[in-house]
Amino acid sequence: MIRVHLQYFALLRDQRGCSEESIETTATTPAALYEELRARHGFTLPADRVRAAVNESFVANDAPLREGDRLVFIPPVAGG
Amino acid sequence: MNFSLTAQPLDPASLQATLADTHAGACVTFEGWVRSRNEGQEVRSLEYEAFVPLAEAEGTRILAEAREKFGLIGCVATHRVGHLQLGELAVWVGVSAAHRDAAFEACRYIIDETKARVPIWKKEHYQSGSTAWLNCATKGEFGGSGGGPGPV
Repeated sequence: MIRVHLQYFALLRDQRGCSEESIETTATTPAALYEELRARHGFTLPADRVRAAVNESFVANDAPLREGDRLVFIPPVAGG
Repeated sequence: MNFSLTAQPLDPASLQATLADTHAGACVTFEGWVRSRNEGQEVRSLEYEAFVPLAEAEGTRILAEAREKFGLIGCVATHRVGHLQLGELAVWVGVSAAHRDAAFEACRYIIDETKARVPIWKKEHYQSGSTAWLNCATKGEFGGSGGGPGPV
């Protein structure tokens, strides 16, 4: 088990109902953690439409997660 | 070279003044405005939010790429966050270069890459009273008939 901090934006924040939380997880990658959260909170975006950022940098969905990581799952962007 | 996010109204004149350089023979700027229609729906206002540290880092990377790729002299981009009304200026991009070809291409590159890569999100508020996060519609309950944004 590791403890990670999550921040939510846009559609994911609306669907989660809060903008941040700390959780304990057995997931070892962002992809596994997203599936866990998706099942728990009913996120409608499939994993392949979400990018992961760890400690304020984009990472691969199969990058290793570590204790204390700060994660953001990035829904499809729409600036401009 | 500077990419920023701000909750304050943008001032194109002062942004453009930062590009002044006697080596530049061309300046191209782009303004993105809040418009009243999108994908067949009447829009009342737009709400922008950003994951600020990553948006600034990714935006700065885009400006560095443009500078390198097109040999720019200067480039600046800034994007609003918060609730914007119709007609408001949402994003401003400006570049300076020795000649116009590079300036036109670079300005286009910066706005296109910004829209595709920078973690900024846009929620449309419609005249009908519903809202939708752009590009977040998925098949099924958010898909709608035309694949456009559904109610959130």
